[in-house]
Amino acid sequence: MTAQFQQARWNEPLLSDIGTPGERGFIPSPPEAEITARVPDALSGIPASFQRAEPPRLPEVAQPQLMRHFMRLSQETMGNDVAVDFGLGTCTMKYSPKVNEHLVRLPEVSGLHPLQHVDTVQGILEILWRLEQMLCAISGLDRFTLQPPSGSAAVYTNASIVRAYHRSRGEGEQRNEIISSIFSHPCDQSGPYSAGYKIVQLYPGPNGYPEVDALKAALSDRTAGIVITNPEDTGIYNPHIKEFTRLVHEAGGLCVYDQANANGMMGIARAKEAGFDLCHFNMHKTFSSPHNGMGPAMGASGVREDLARFLPAPVVEKRGDLFELDWNRPDSIGKIRSFVGNAQIAVRSYSWILALGPDGIREVAETAVLNANYLAALLREVPGMSQPFPTSNTPLEQFRWSLEGFKEETGVGSSDISRNLSDYGLQPVFTSHHPYLVPEPITPEPAESFSKADLDTFGNAFMDIARRAQADPDEVLNGPYRNACRRIDAAALDDPDRWVPSSRAERTRNRTPVKGD
Amino acid sequence: MIGLVVNPVAGLGGSVGLKGTDGLVEQARALGAIPHAHERAALALRQLPTDLPIACAGGDMGETSMHLAGREPTLVVGAAIDGTQSTAADTCAAVAALAAAGVELILFAGGDGTARDICSTVGDTIVALGIPAGVKIQSATFAQSPRAAGELAAAWYVGRRRERVAEVVDLDDSGTTHGRVSPRLYGTLRVPLGPGLVAGTKSPSNDQDPAALSGIADRVAERMQDTTLLLGCGTTLAAIGSALGLQTSLLGVDLVRNGEVVVYDGTEAELLTALTDAGATTIVTPIGGQGFVLGRGNQQLSPAVLRRAGIGRLTVVATPAKLAALGGRPLLVDTGDEETDNELRGWHKLVTGYDEETIYRVE
Repeated sequence: MTAQFQQARWNEPLLSDIGTPGERGFIPSPPEAEITARVPDALSGIPASFQRAEPPRLPEVAQPQLMRHFMRLSQETMGNDVAVDFGLGTCTMKYSPKVNEHLVRLPEVSGLHPLQHVDTVQGILEILWRLEQMLCAISGLDRFTLQPPSGSAAVYTNASIVRAYHRSRGEGEQRNEIISSIFSHPCDQSGPYSAGYKIVQLYPGPNGYPEVDALKAALSDRTAGIVITNPEDTGIYNPHIKEFTRLVHEAGGLCVYDQANANGMMGIARAKEAGFDLCHFNMHKTFSSPHNGMGPAMGASGVREDLARFLPAPVVEKRGDLFELDWNRPDSIGKIRSFVGNAQIAVRSYSWILALGPDGIREVAETAVLNANYLAALLREVPGMSQPFPTSNTPLEQFRWSLEGFKEETGVGSSDISRNLSDYGLQPVFTSHHPYLVPEPITPEPAESFSKADLDTFGNAFMDIARRAQADPDEVLNGPYRNACRRIDAAALDDPDRWVPSSRAERTRNRTPVKGD
Repeated sequence: MIGLVVNPVAGLGGSVGLKGTDGLVEQARALGAIPHAHERAALALRQLPTDLPIACAGGDMGETSMHLAGREPTLVVGAAIDGTQSTAADTCAAVAALAAAGVELILFAGGDGTARDICSTVGDTIVALGIPAGVKIQSATFAQSPRAAGELAAAWYVGRRRERVAEVVDLDDSGTTHGRVSPRLYGTLRVPLGPGLVAGTKSPSNDQDPAALSGIADRVAERMQDTTLLLGCGTTLAAIGSALGLQTSLLGVDLVRNGEVVVYDGTEAELLTALTDAGATTIVTPIGGQGFVLGRGNQQLSPAVLRRAGIGRLTVVATPAKLAALGGRPLLVDTGDEETDNELRGWHKLVTGYDEETIYRVE
């Protein structure tokens, strides 16, 4: 093994298993007599029935031990600032410039409260409004809402707008089907499904993208619209997309473009010209806001002018030199979430787009595509690596290839190789969403902010693992070796009986035998 | 206690280019085939904790593999069988003996033919798991690799012991149909539930996603409870029967009318007699990895039956995992009548989940 990496490995107990009763991280001084005389007991305003009979069983740990605990755990992670993470394709991992972190920590941003009067938040409203103009320019669409807190929520928003549109025309009941493709992001099906739609899936044709004839077979007077990603998860661009949108319109449906990840085409091609009526962007993918590990995010939903009346309330409007929130929207689908959007996410993305400008945005896409194709050239040399669809396909910003042949030869599959990448200081490579249409899949996505050296490191590591697997499959199957943990029993991840999501659940589990035991 | 049975000739045919080993052992040996079932079984055995009690069949039907793995069997059932003389009857006898000895899980090294032997001997009364060693592995009763088989068996034995139903599929030995080899469903086994271990993308022709399966069954049952139904073969169709509150056949074709099974496991003639001018909705699912929905293992659904039911009323159901396993290949029909086949060919809207359909090509 040529890896020169060794991650910290702490035998760190759970927080609930360290400390001693009575231990405290911080003991505040009691308030002065003058305060207690004038301020009533904090609990007196809470009805007795809402008050705990006994205090919660929180961990009791002193501050130094607590710091060590979390610092140790942090050393056992593989975050973006520690490891090259472009293996996680479809996630569009990219560098988030630190200057934007400083911006959002300025008191003018961090001190904002969503219930402040609009007169006192003109600055952030202007940023939200300007960000909307930028997204309109990038997509060609006319209005955006920044309210949805995630990409999936944005897809749900767009599905809700599609439904509001058909209801407004008296066809809401009849048009109950949304068409999508199996290689589109899974939320393109689950979002409309959650909104009450039936889903009609298209499978890829021989070229890796759905065929026009399959779409024709799916269309009917029940079609509400299509929600589709292009390029799909395979990185292959559907060149017939304009014919797709034409046919859907002809059948009376609307076309929704999932541009969560627009890294392969922003500044080059737009949703509008491809015939789409709605689209959405993920700020934490394309526009560099950190992914935050399921933390606050923003999925910006955009629409054509005639659909703007359905957008969730409120929207930011500019009247003269002032910005205001328009709540008076009788046709709105209502709220997807409270307020106008995560301000800190908006500031980061606004700053990122502003720093790049139109030419820079285009260069991001060009660099991302160049990176993906350079990496593809490196990985093509890996023994047993195959391209599942015609090799004439040039991937855009990512690609999904197969190690089926390698697995047959060595018994070592894509998830095994992925696990071992962490021994080289690299994040594992994403395999695929389910179901696995491409056997033994890998889906890397080297966005624009990775250097040629990063790509070479990844390519060399991949090749090294492949050679090790050919020489001694078991050695790779048992990896990783230099990581915070060794190979884990993945079966527990799929077994709800073995999940312990909280310390309370752990206590319950320990007390009561699980059903079926 | 875990039981081990090894089909010592499994895989022999494949190494010399035969399509299986059943009935071809001598031919395979003459071509220079070398048995490797013992090694594969031993590889699985090495994954089991050393203190785990194991009963095995005698001689080359299990004992040899145990010694290869450096394990001492807790119990040996039956006489020592010489691998060169072993037959399907020996496998069945060994399985019956292991069952009588009270084993809780049978690990069997072999292929689809071996899975059939287990199925015909103990059915789903005992949990079983295949160590892939045969030429044909279409059944969903096998782990992805010998190592995975050992790991899954150990996890099941010491763990929570959850299982699922897996289809046993083999090539139909009653002869080829229209010159093609025909996969057929022979029954089911109960296998340990261990996601990612049983049946990989290479051979998940019967792979079952429980959520998708119940989604399909519930949706079809809701939509079609007032319709006359012809239900084809397979666990997906059996699940639809259950969702309708009916006991339908796993391996045969049933006719359901007014919430009752009118014909159970019917022949072509019986189905034709029972069908009326009102026709029926025919529901089928692909059997085996080749994607046949008609003409393989369900020949009772003949051109005449399909026409009487209404040729445009064919509904194909399939879990997404099953479709994914086709690797982009179309679904196939081969009813024996070119005209009927042509009418059935084209794009179909498959039911693939609750309120989920998939546009897929039938050729």
